[in-house]
Amino acid sequence: MQDPRVVVEVNRVRKRFMGATVLDDVSLQISLGDRVAMMGPNGAGKTTLVRCMLGFYHTDEGSIRVAGHDPVAERVEVLRHVGFIPQLPPPVKLTVGELLHFVERSSGTSAESIARKAGEMELDVAKHSQKPFFKLSGGMKQKLLIAIALARKSRLLIFDEPTASLDPRAREHFYELLQSIDYEHAAIYITHRAEELAGLVNREITMDLGKVVVDERI
Amino acid sequence: MKNLLLVAYLDIRESLRSKWFYVYAFVFGGLMGLFFISGITDSVVMGFTGLSRLLLVFMQVTIIILPIFILITTVKSISGDRESNILEYMLSFPISLKEYYWGKFMGRFVTVFFPVIVALLIGVAWGLVKGGELPWAMVGLYSALILSLCLVFLGIAFFISTLVKSHDVGLGLSFAVWILLLAFIDVALIGLMMQNRISDGVIITVAMLNPLEAFRIGAIALFDPELTVIGPVAYYLLDTLGRKMLMLYAVFYPIALGGVFALLGYTLFRKKDLL
Ligand SMILES: Nc1ncnc2c1ncn2[C@@H]1O[C@H](COP(=O)(O)OP(=O)(O)OP(=O)(O)O)[C@@H](O)[C@H]1O
Ligand SMILES: [Mg+2]
Repeated sequence: MQDPRVVVEVNRVRKRFMGATVLDDVSLQISLGDRVAMMGPNGAGKTTLVRCMLGFYHTDEGSIRVAGHDPVAERVEVLRHVGFIPQLPPPVKLTVGELLHFVERSSGTSAESIARKAGEMELDVAKHSQKPFFKLSGGMKQKLLIAIALARKSRLLIFDEPTASLDPRAREHFYELLQSIDYEHAAIYITHRAEELAGLVNREITMDLGKVVVDERI
Repeated sequence: MKNLLLVAYLDIRESLRSKWFYVYAFVFGGLMGLFFISGITDSVVMGFTGLSRLLLVFMQVTIIILPIFILITTVKSISGDRESNILEYMLSFPISLKEYYWGKFMGRFVTVFFPVIVALLIGVAWGLVKGGELPWAMVGLYSALILSLCLVFLGIAFFISTLVKSHDVGLGLSFAVWILLLAFIDVALIGLMMQNRISDGVIITVAMLNPLEAFRIGAIALFDPELTVIGPVAYYLLDTLGRKMLMLYAVFYPIALGGVFALLGYTLFRKKDLL
């Protein structure tokens, strides 16, 4: 069988949208301990690749395994192990309290532990719990999503440009939090600003036109 | 299972805060209010006739606005969730597609069904206060008909939302379905009937396949046992099926049809890309 440290295994994956090939024969392996900066120009296919790992897209060719499972057929098994932050905070209409309730019930992560994480980024969850999520400021939304993802203690963390709407101070807090993760995990940070992640990542994957063009340890 | 209820519960909470829900509840509540003011219940003989006339008028308005309300708000909310990436985020948690889809369905059902049924019951209560007699059979049948109308259009709305990715196309399609069922089918059938080229059996079958026709017939069958108002189609049906079968058909056919569409939608939801 395969190495139990391998968290993500992408094997010759192809994905087309309306005739256009967006992922072109992509293969890669990510193991526990890997912290990947994923880069590449707009439209390179980074978000698409990540969405395939999360089971949102059916691949046209090839296979993907996350935590040993197929993301489409066994989505619950896969998503149990994944913490995800989307590229843009979604305008969720649930209140903060309801969102935390949803997270707690569906993934078993306690609302208190999320509130604690949020507190470390100077976001007071209790104060805003009656507010619809989409009415929080951009940075507050981002902080809450980060708090949720980190509190879940997932084996695989996927961040699609997580710091886009954070002020410099919040960005510092965020990196500190990432550095303080004290259990074994793998992480993928999609970013256009690699220099910010220096010291945090140990591997760099660059995509262009749907292909992996660089994959090296740093 | 626990996540199904969770999704339904949160969907209801969300609806209760949304503007469309208030417009929706206000329209049906307001409708009843309008009936009271206009004095339908008081007209001529109070009692059975007054109250049942009120209920019948209520049903006639329901048949027009309920379907379009359900279609538009449901398609808007589901494809809106997808377009704004809410769906992406919510489905990044370990929750099965089955629980998500049917949970949403359940939540939606509760929010579209209750305002209408509550308005109906308020009308009944008012009629009783005014000294009428409670037309039990009618209230029961009408509640069942409203339930089945909600289910069939929810099913169609869920099917459209999973079939079509784009918000605008989904809304356009909903509107087309509504107009088609509400008017075009009847108009086309009348045209065909007048040309006399197609057998009555075919025409009647096509008419029967329209869930709105089923609703219309069911709503009037109690009130006007001879179905003279509706004309030849209903009369023919009454003649061949009998009254009991006709009512069973009016209630259960739309439910079955809604179930089929909801299941088709569910299959698409699982088989196609989610985003
Ligand atoms: N659901 C979809 N339907 C059709 N085309 C899509 C879909 N999602 C992505 N694409 C196309 O796939 C290509 C890759 O998009 P993707 O979002 O993966 O890029 P990206 O690398 O994340 O870019 P960015 O840095 O701008 O976020 C783009 O050309 C995009 O238009
Ligand atoms: Mg992207």
